[in-house]
Amino acid sequence: MRKVKKAATPYLFLAPTIILMVVLLVIPICMIFQYSFLNNAIVEKSPEIVGFKNYSKILGDKDFWNAVRNTIFFVLVSVAAHMGLGMGFAMLLNSSYFTRKTKTIARVIYVLPWMFTASVIAILWKLMLQPQGIVDYLLAFVHLATKDTQWLSERSVALYTITFVNIWCGYPFYMISLLAGLQGISSDLYECSALDGAASGQQFLHITVPQLKPIIISISMLDFVWSIQSFAVIWMMTGGGPAKKTETLSIFIYKLAFNSSKYALASAASVIVLIICIIAAVFYVRQQKKARD
Amino acid sequence: MVGSHKKSTKVIVSILLVLGGLFAGFPVLWMFISSLKSNTEIFAWPPKFIDIHFNLNNYSAVLGDSEKVRFFINSYAISGLVVLFTLFIGIMAAYAFSRFDFPFKETINTVIVSVQAIPPIVLLIPYMSLIVTLKIFNTYFALLLTYMVFTLPYCILMMTGYFNTISTNLDEAVMIDGGSRWRACWGILVPISIPGIISVGMYTFMQAWNEYLFALTLTKTNDMRTVPVGINLLMGQHTYDWGQMMAMSCLGSLPVLVLFIFFQKYFIAGMSSGAIKG
Repeated sequence: MRKVKKAATPYLFLAPTIILMVVLLVIPICMIFQYSFLNNAIVEKSPEIVGFKNYSKILGDKDFWNAVRNTIFFVLVSVAAHMGLGMGFAMLLNSSYFTRKTKTIARVIYVLPWMFTASVIAILWKLMLQPQGIVDYLLAFVHLATKDTQWLSERSVALYTITFVNIWCGYPFYMISLLAGLQGISSDLYECSALDGAASGQQFLHITVPQLKPIIISISMLDFVWSIQSFAVIWMMTGGGPAKKTETLSIFIYKLAFNSSKYALASAASVIVLIICIIAAVFYVRQQKKARD
Repeated sequence: MVGSHKKSTKVIVSILLVLGGLFAGFPVLWMFISSLKSNTEIFAWPPKFIDIHFNLNNYSAVLGDSEKVRFFINSYAISGLVVLFTLFIGIMAAYAFSRFDFPFKETINTVIVSVQAIPPIVLLIPYMSLIVTLKIFNTYFALLLTYMVFTLPYCILMMTGYFNTISTNLDEAVMIDGGSRWRACWGILVPISIPGIISVGMYTFMQAWNEYLFALTLTKTNDMRTVPVGINLLMGQHTYDWGQMMAMSCLGSLPVLVLFIFFQKYFIAGMSSGAIKG
């Protein structure tokens, strides 16, 4: 009896977590797979199984491929720019040129964009980017914009604009993680290489990057997944428009489900996105394990 | 020669530092300035920087409107509840992961880690029917439970890591004295782990306070809306009363900013270890 009790103890501690995860994670994921094979879900009282019809419909939909293209651009540019900015800012904050106090103040300012909720970010940038707004005013000095550039409603620039806003609000996560990594690199490594006459560019490539590699890989995997999921800022800034130019996969799925009530089609599209994210996650977990060992 | 080279590097690096500060900080400053302007001043061309009739009218308009105040009450209530429940359940789970070996430990752990990779939009469609079936649509519970799916994993992973650094001798001492596992967890480990709990709690609060997608879809009436959804609702209602929207944005950002300023150290530790440990 006592033995049974002892074996059960960890599960008792885990019970609330397991129940929550089963009801709100495992079951919903099963449901979405099920929905994706029905003719319609939720609104349909007695749905029929239609096999892979939803998938072939989604894969033949040019709006889906438009969303895929937009998402690929959005994700790749965001991840690359986050990495570049995050690394640059982290190195500034780690440099020996400034006093501790300056660095502390700079760190607080640099991390600011991470503190704001998506709707604040969306509204703030909408205000700044509106025709005759502050961005036009400042960019007019360097002749990069006119008094009424349509940053969000001009088809050719809207996607760049929302990507820029996503870059602005996402880099602090990289910066903080990389800064922690930089501070963990032993200064001996730099001193040795300096004695060997290595230039700072070489030091960056041969010491900094290899030392930070585990962090770089794990944060870019996380960011990759986060960027694919990105919904709120885009939804509030453009709603996917103009003419679907900023419609990413999340927006595409949301509209299909909650604007057109095509839940089964939306489920099929969700499953496709889920599979992409799971592949990224498997890679991520493997990386974590490698880093731990 | 070397000296002047170093000096010019310092100048360049300093310029970069300031430019970075403008890039990150100017939009935030602009939000604050705009919240003190009247709507006509906001639309002025060229934009006004200093010669503004600063006033708090936008703030009093927001705080005097019971519907908008309700958004804040909802956000505080939901975020507070999410923090409490996440910490309670997450600490128990972390204790199990840290102190026991049991069948399926790795499997359960993998499921928990992989939650980070599941797009919320994927879960939203099944939630629609699940939440309606459970009869909690348009209630705090709908948001509390669904938020916890995303806040718990971080809490469990962080707290497991924290507990792993604490010697198991402490637990054993409690149990030799006739205490239970429960007491070892809450009476001994939790008090030692306060710094870790603070940083997890803050991160959880921030996640809950900032959530938008579920709040938008799983609530319906204005009296159940949270701040992020509420701010966006203003856009439709007042045909771009930017001043009020900026005031509400400032007020809506305040809790997270205040937490950040007071607990910066914990916050940054939490953020960076999140990436390293998963």
